[in-house]
Amino acid sequence: MTTDAEGLKERVNKALNSQDQSTITLLSSLLVVHDELGYMPEEAVEEVARYTNSTINDVWGVASFYTNFRFTPPGTHTVELCWGPSCHVMGAMPVVKAVLDALGLDSESDTPDGKMTVRFNTCLGACAQGPVISVDHKLMGRLSPDVARQVIAGLDGEGVE
Amino acid sequence: MSRSFEDIRTESGRRWQALTGGQVPWIRVGSALCGKAAGADSVIELIHEELRQHNVEAVVSEVGCLGLCYAEPLVDITMTNGSRLFYGPVTPSEVPAIIYSHVVRNAPVADLALGYLGGDGLDGVQDLKQHPMMRNQQRIALRNAGNIDPCDIGQYVANGGYDALHKALSSMTPEETLEEVNKSGLRGRGGAAFPTGTKWSFLARSSDPVKYILCNCEEGDPGAFNDKGILESDPHTLLEGMVLAGYVTGANYGYVFIRHGHDGPIHRTREAIRQAQELGILGDNIFGSGFSFNIEVSLTGDSYVSGEETALMEAIEGSRAMPRFRPPFPAQVGLFGKPSNINNVKTLAYVPQIIDKGGDWFAEIGQNRSKGTAILCLTGNLAYTGMVEIPLGMTLRQVIYEVAGGVPNGKNLKLLQTGGPLGGVLSAEQLDISLDFEEMAQAGAILGSGGIIAADEDTCAVDMTRALIAFCQFESCGKCFPCRLGMTHILEMLERICRFESEPGDLEMMRQVGQNMQAGSLCGHGQLGFNPVSSALRHFGDEFHEHMVERRCPTGRCMADRYSPQSTRR
Repeated sequence: MTTDAEGLKERVNKALNSQDQSTITLLSSLLVVHDELGYMPEEAVEEVARYTNSTINDVWGVASFYTNFRFTPPGTHTVELCWGPSCHVMGAMPVVKAVLDALGLDSESDTPDGKMTVRFNTCLGACAQGPVISVDHKLMGRLSPDVARQVIAGLDGEGVE
Repeated sequence: MSRSFEDIRTESGRRWQALTGGQVPWIRVGSALCGKAAGADSVIELIHEELRQHNVEAVVSEVGCLGLCYAEPLVDITMTNGSRLFYGPVTPSEVPAIIYSHVVRNAPVADLALGYLGGDGLDGVQDLKQHPMMRNQQRIALRNAGNIDPCDIGQYVANGGYDALHKALSSMTPEETLEEVNKSGLRGRGGAAFPTGTKWSFLARSSDPVKYILCNCEEGDPGAFNDKGILESDPHTLLEGMVLAGYVTGANYGYVFIRHGHDGPIHRTREAIRQAQELGILGDNIFGSGFSFNIEVSLTGDSYVSGEETALMEAIEGSRAMPRFRPPFPAQVGLFGKPSNINNVKTLAYVPQIIDKGGDWFAEIGQNRSKGTAILCLTGNLAYTGMVEIPLGMTLRQVIYEVAGGVPNGKNLKLLQTGGPLGGVLSAEQLDISLDFEEMAQAGAILGSGGIIAADEDTCAVDMTRALIAFCQFESCGKCFPCRLGMTHILEMLERICRFESEPGDLEMMRQVGQNMQAGSLCGHGQLGFNPVSSALRHFGDEFHEHMVERRCPTGRCMADRYSPQSTRR
């Protein structure tokens, strides 16, 4: 929860040093830091550059390529919506619409109050249970628009059984 | 470390006997990604709570995917007569009754049971072997899936695991081992169907002291989860296949390449590697043979193209996952500039059984030049969705109507999307094609990764095509401009068609762009990227006509809101 520069640097370095596999790369370093912070602030990009002996440009180049990295803090909750062809056939679009409408969003983004982040995912890997969403990394399958609305309302703290 | 394989095998067998002997109930819960998405975690939690409350002893294991994903969460409990009784889909509210009756009172609940496997079963409960999804299967790579705890190497060994590796290292030369793979007729299951033995022989010929075996589990195809399914269900069968590949080719190091975020497959593979290292099955001088091999997991960020073999190497090296020029081919200049061999998870997972039972045994399964089985992921509008392993040669009609139980709710099948988004679509009139690499290619489709998405009559073929191209556009890595710009251009035209605002030259323009993509792209993403459109035009030209000329969508799907992200790759 710390926001001061020293605390952030410490968390980043702890994450970087936690890598115990023998092949440590720029990408593997980005992944562990992103897991720790939930996003890549500039200071973290600089630390990764220092740690992997690469330039800040290199780090940005890799981080901006893979679509899982973000550069601003995420909301308190992250909802990922599968929009891939398999879930599409099984009714993903009405689920996506229900979630976006419930949050007053037009597409994947963060709610203005910073509580919720909505992300489209091309495949969450549980295709036999489509349409699939994940809420804070917990998978939920066979979603209907109604259940999706309930899930969102529950996260919003608006009281759902 | 110093224990012999014989000792490991004896002890594993003893433990397996104790576990399955029925003294203490063994509760197995399907908790691969499909099980988790269906709520397996809360079911497991409740099971533990009930056992605590009643103060009874039972072993609870998280197993992988038996394949009946539609019935997840699937819970099976051993019976005193040796049968496994399956309950599913289990809702949290059913857990107390199941645990109390079956475990506490030793009175299995026939009303809630889906079926049984092995033994005499239970009155009024079907034998799962006769279930449409099970009776057509021949499980080779999936032989242990859903049966053993993937995080217990002993259970793998007790079921014949690492026998093949032990046999090869102690009594076969690398050449003899390769010969079995050649005889089996095994071909790559990642999409290209290249003969595996031939591919290995390229690497074996290299005299470089450093070579790599790479296993591709990027598996970004929506509708395919069999690679992840194998890693979650039986990671050791992959590891054993990789060590055998290393033995044949003279490589001593391997990478399993998985997309970040798929925690189940990642954790279980890492745990399997750790346990194999602990027993000396990975590491230096395996089984005292003098052969050494080690494996690590490498993670990629979200990028579909990173599953392309040269882009995969870029990602392991930590760079942007963009394909390289070929030649030089990976067997000459691969990962970190060293000779490398890349195989899909499924391909490698077959190898232990091929070595164990012989190449001739494997070659007898399947038809023509398509040997062995297909590991299919059945998704979309089907009665039984899930993961099955069936002999090659079966027709698509059998797969859809026998194995998957047909299309539910009395609807008709409209189209199939096979082998990943780039595979294009097949119409319901093409169901007599068999699962055969050549036959599928002739029909303009691919078996690819084994994903089969079935869509019923409510699906709009134009909207489906748009969804496929939206995926391809989003996932273009951006290296080759014909693909990067072409996908965007085609998607714009398809969006127009779906809004009934198409312009007269749109179809012709799409064809031209598609040709340019095919000619001007480095990898399959651009080369095959027009397949969804060309195959849809071939089978559903009338529907395009209706959208473009009559300005209407017969299914009404195109009137609904649709969402897709635009690629943000920079």
